[in-house]
Amino acid sequence: METLQFLMDGFAVALTPTNLMFALFGAFIGTLIGALPGLGPANGVAILIPLAFTLGLPPETAMILLTSVYAGAMYGGRISSILLNIPGDEPAMMTCLDGYPMAQKGKAAEALAMSAIASFAGSLIGTIGLILLAPALAKFALTFGPAEYFALFMLAFATLGGITGKNPMKTVIAAVIGLMISTVGIDIATGTQRYTFGILKLYEGIDFILAIVGLFAISELLFFIEERAGAGRKMIKVGKLMLRPKEIIAAVPTMFRGGVLGFIAGVLPGAGASLGSFISYTLEKQYLGKKGHFGEGDPRGVAAPEAGNNGASSGALVPMLTLGVPGSGTTAVLLAMLISLNVTPGPLMFTQNADIVWGVIAALLIGNVILLLLNIPMVGFFVKLLSVPPMYLLPMVTMVAFVGIYSISHSTFDLYFMIAFGVAGYILRKLEIPMVPIILGMLLGPEMEKNLGHALVISDGDWSILWASPLALGLWIVAGLGLILPYIVGPLLRKRMRAAIKEEPTSD
Amino acid sequence: MLFKRCLSFVAMATFSLSALAWEPTGKVECIAPADPGGGWDFTCRSVGNVLQDLDLVPGTVQTTNMAGAGGGVAFAHTISKRNEDNTLLVAASTATTTRLAQKQFPGMNADMVTWVGALGADYGVIAVGKDSKYQDLKQLMAAVKENPRSVKFAGGSARGGWDHLKVLITAKAAGADKLPSIPYLSYNNGGEALTQVVGGQVDAFTGDISEATGFLKSGDIRILAVLADERLPGDLGDIPTAKEQGIDAVGPNWRGFYMPKGASDEAKAYWTDAINTVYDSDEWKKVMKQNGLIPFHPPAGEFDAFVHKQVKDIADLSREIGLLK
Repeated sequence: METLQFLMDGFAVALTPTNLMFALFGAFIGTLIGALPGLGPANGVAILIPLAFTLGLPPETAMILLTSVYAGAMYGGRISSILLNIPGDEPAMMTCLDGYPMAQKGKAAEALAMSAIASFAGSLIGTIGLILLAPALAKFALTFGPAEYFALFMLAFATLGGITGKNPMKTVIAAVIGLMISTVGIDIATGTQRYTFGILKLYEGIDFILAIVGLFAISELLFFIEERAGAGRKMIKVGKLMLRPKEIIAAVPTMFRGGVLGFIAGVLPGAGASLGSFISYTLEKQYLGKKGHFGEGDPRGVAAPEAGNNGASSGALVPMLTLGVPGSGTTAVLLAMLISLNVTPGPLMFTQNADIVWGVIAALLIGNVILLLLNIPMVGFFVKLLSVPPMYLLPMVTMVAFVGIYSISHSTFDLYFMIAFGVAGYILRKLEIPMVPIILGMLLGPEMEKNLGHALVISDGDWSILWASPLALGLWIVAGLGLILPYIVGPLLRKRMRAAIKEEPTSD
Repeated sequence: MLFKRCLSFVAMATFSLSALAWEPTGKVECIAPADPGGGWDFTCRSVGNVLQDLDLVPGTVQTTNMAGAGGGVAFAHTISKRNEDNTLLVAASTATTTRLAQKQFPGMNADMVTWVGALGADYGVIAVGKDSKYQDLKQLMAAVKENPRSVKFAGGSARGGWDHLKVLITAKAAGADKLPSIPYLSYNNGGEALTQVVGGQVDAFTGDISEATGFLKSGDIRILAVLADERLPGDLGDIPTAKEQGIDAVGPNWRGFYMPKGASDEAKAYWTDAINTVYDSDEWKKVMKQNGLIPFHPPAGEFDAFVHKQVKDIADLSREIGLLK
């Protein structure tokens, strides 16, 4: 019952007026970001990072803000899926399948409400799973030595291509770019400088916060300018809410199954929320079989993927918090933020930074209640905001990004770096090279190198230490599977995902 | 605002009449060569507050954070752009002397600035996990002497950084040769290194006392020795020094300041005195106690020599382990 005590302490942190205010603000902005088509949770969190620095927030408040944005984005993604048939972010793709047909039948309000409740249920299940699993895993992680950590990082890289990566070659290129950037600066194993060319500013390496804000936020701005400058969108009107309690109760088992499946998918490194929502939807469809009318506007077809992707978003926090290995793109961004705040993620965090960990977990629970409250009565408001032309949002985002980055180090050099990363991000995205592996390469590269070095020092240069323990060996096997399976299962899954969307009769 | 400014102008005018010696006028700036939140930032802000409380400065001390190259950016800035500034202090510590000794600030050395003084220190410790077979520093060092590869150390600094150097200083004092063969595993910070020692993957921890107190209280580690001249004050007094165990190794991570070389002699004298006054004040004693700082204050005039000796010692050690050519 130690956990319960910690959770109570967490609530004490999360319920202070400032933190509560930032949770509310984060949930609101997150929903909005999630709802804007194309702007996913990783970008959303990246855009908000500079704000946390601009305001000079203490670590726990900054993390509460960002996790609320994360949770909010997961909620928000469904709004445009249902109303526009365009997923607000990738995990919300499956919500289009039954959400849009419901909207076309004039049941948009019902679909939005049902999906909000399902999101809440999924998040709640995921967060409870996080509370139960994370401390146990953190204790277990104490037995990890350098060899085990090295195998774990290999696992993270192996599963990186994951189910959602489209072109494995491009994923590898992206990861290598990240690894290369991470080698700049002092090498802690030997104390020598690498790739610094005598420029003092490069001696401490390249700050990944710069890279993240540049690659995600600045490149996003460039894309907005290119594609979406001008007017907002037209969309289906949201009618009066006519959701009967009976319908909600009917969908409860669906939400439960979706949340649990999503959580499991989220815990696995590399898989993340898209897989969570996909598995939840397809399994639910098979499970209910003829009893449901999936694809034609079945409320359970909205509930399953939403419970799934929200469950997965909490699940993805488990490996990030306990092992320092992110389970998804967004958690990679959160991990970078933690490191910038001088908090080392991993088993120690649960004892040394208990206020941050448990404050964030408590904030997730509170955030969910806030999000549910925000999303049912205020859904019309978000719908209106969706039609605000981006030209009003862009200058604000730009300003926050610049002020935030400048406030970290008071260096104009960093601003140039951020712009360079933004332009590079724009070009890379045009080439369809994914951004997340770059960040993972930058984050995990130094750790992997360090652990390899340490393992070899401990074994006096004997490489077999890397697979000497059963735990390390097990991780290597999972890594191997993670590397091979996506190439067998991935195309199959994607084909079915696409097919599922295509056979949807009412979509255009 | 205007009224306040008038007042301080009057105050300054009376001051300069009453005392002939140099007094700071206008803005006093303290550069913390790192991001907010670290040790240097703490040095600037806490000393700045006490300077203000003791009326040693007009108005407030403005702390500027100038991160980069482990203090190298600020060091270069002081030399090249602010060399004649009378009202600039820059926070420094053993990390600064380590980098100077290892020529990590290209083209720059310790003679290019004026070393003002130190106001406390965090002392080095050598610790092992609670189940370790080593009971005191002598046993540990005997094992190192017999086979330098037999004891693996973990610390929070890079190879050749201060945590690594403390191992080498201790081993050298204990009479060990083959210093480069002693395995040292560098982690991102002391906490991470301690986990590995507690988890049993690494034999011994090297770091500062402030990093180890949490694990000491929880009983997970045993501190074999503190690298100080005398036992530490308060609860930490139970920890034996290395000297008591016959190993003459001292490793203070001091906190202090340097200022521009080209500043006037009067200004230099003023700031040296001011640091002395701060160190002796009750306000500063409270700050030290609250933040776990341990008394360390070379008398005026000796600090410069202390810094140069530390730079030389570190350079010698670094050369010995092949880090410096």
